[in-house]
Amino acid sequence: MPAEPPVASPTSLGQAYALLAAAPHRPIAGGTDVMVQIAAETTPIPERMLDLWRLDELRGIRVEGDALVLGALTTYTEIRRSPLCVEHALALVEAAATIGAVQIQNRGTLGGNIANASPAGDTLPVLLAMDASIVAGSLRGERTVAAADFWPAYRRTPLRPDELVLRVSLPLVAGRRVRYRKVGTRRAQAISKVVMALAWREDGGVWRHVRLALGSVAPTPIRATETERVLEGAAPRETVADHAAAVLRGELRPIDDVRSTAAYRKAAAARVLHRLLREEGGW
Amino acid sequence: MSYELRVNGVEFEVAAPGMRRLLDVLREDLGLSGTKEGCGEGECGACTVLLDGEPVVSCLVPLCQADGHAVRTVEGLATAGPQGPVLSPLQAAFLEAGGAQCGICTPGMLMSAEAFLASGADPTEEAIREAIAGNLCRCTGYTKIVEAIELAALGRGADTAPGA
Ligand SMILES: Cc1cc2nc3c(=O)[nH]c(=O)nc-3n(C[C@H](O)[C@H](O)[C@H](O)COP(=O)(O)OP(=O)(O)OC[C@H]3O[C@@H](n4cnc5c(N)ncnc54)[C@H](O)[C@@H]3O)c2cc1C
Ligand code: FES
Ligand code: FES
Repeated sequence: MPAEPPVASPTSLGQAYALLAAAPHRPIAGGTDVMVQIAAETTPIPERMLDLWRLDELRGIRVEGDALVLGALTTYTEIRRSPLCVEHALALVEAAATIGAVQIQNRGTLGGNIANASPAGDTLPVLLAMDASIVAGSLRGERTVAAADFWPAYRRTPLRPDELVLRVSLPLVAGRRVRYRKVGTRRAQAISKVVMALAWREDGGVWRHVRLALGSVAPTPIRATETERVLEGAAPRETVADHAAAVLRGELRPIDDVRSTAAYRKAAAARVLHRLLREEGGW
Repeated sequence: MSYELRVNGVEFEVAAPGMRRLLDVLREDLGLSGTKEGCGEGECGACTVLLDGEPVVSCLVPLCQADGHAVRTVEGLATAGPQGPVLSPLQAAFLEAGGAQCGICTPGMLMSAEAFLASGADPTEEAIREAIAGNLCRCTGYTKIVEAIELAALGRGADTAPGA
């Protein structure tokens, strides 16, 4: 049997904060990353665990002012079934539908994907493209961190050891469109996976506020800002698509040290972008 | 620590560490060995059980998170009859269609299929394949499993059809 470190199951956020302030605990939400890490011993066995599952403060999907707010414990199944998500964040629904299979979607959470900080975390490019902000909390209070600042280096987050991800806020922008694409399976992820989220607003026939975010092509989920500049103020015509795809290929720095794999991923990402622009341009 | 769970309708109190995998609780502490361990890492679905009616992989669920919840395992599918247990219509359909060969994947496959049928979703081939996408089978090539689930869905449809 795998290791069974001691676990506390607080029933309120206040209790959880107090436990975290007193001693380091490894949070467990749906467990679909952390239980695998414990079973496979890919990371040191945590000394103590903090079970978040009873913290109802971290649940719920609602519109608050100009934002769609999702609690950290929101599961992929809940995202897929949420009429609010379908209306305001279809790209997130599409991403959720590609994660694992039903069993993983029933347990895996948005907060877990964020805190796990894998470059292959499938919701993270969507959060980047939608200018999400992530709210973290501890006994010291709450703070808001832009998704763009949340994954600064490989598997790093700005979370302090006593902090939890509480919720995610997606600003609702009139007229914004977001497209999501995932190519390659998780099993094949070592060679072929590319995740892309592209957001823009159309304004007088050209694109504005363009955001292009990618997963699995760098040590962290990233925004491709050079390519965004090519698309900003442009229309999705063939010449623009050719140029954007070439710039994207030059901009990406996949982590694989096997050069053929890195080259393959760059080419795949460029192809995915080109196809998306062609669909939007209708040519 | 002691935790309470309802397994196949029976209340159990389990004195075990909260991080023990539900899979180990079922097999070791409760002696319900119908649920199988394959990969132990969430990939194969052999350990699938229903938690409050939804399929989960019991190798990734810690006991503390099943506390106070209802678990259904493959042992909970058959019902008691005068001459011993009677297979559920889904189990009977697996037998009839040849949906089980070596049988390792079968308990998990049955639980995913049971949740799919209970959801009332339209049993198209595509929907069935999505429902069992998290359950790997190395023997059957899946076709006979999909047929078995279609067969069971037909039966259910007949049971609940108006006037039936
Ligand atoms: C078979 C399988 C397939 C998968 N497929 C995919 C896939 O296709 N795409 C994908 O992106 N991922 C995939 N995953 C990975 C995993 O399911 C996701 O990353 C999921 O979102 C993790 O959420 P969780 O609630 O299960 O996290 P947990 O395992 O509970 O936690 C993950 C990490 O985050 C920390 N944490 C969790 N919640 C919080 C919080 N609120 N505050 C602070 N820290 C927290 C934990 O301490 C831990 O370090 C797969 C996993 C498996 C086993
Ligand atoms: S043993 Fe649980 S998914 Fe393989
Ligand atoms: S019947 Fe052997 S693995 Fe499915």
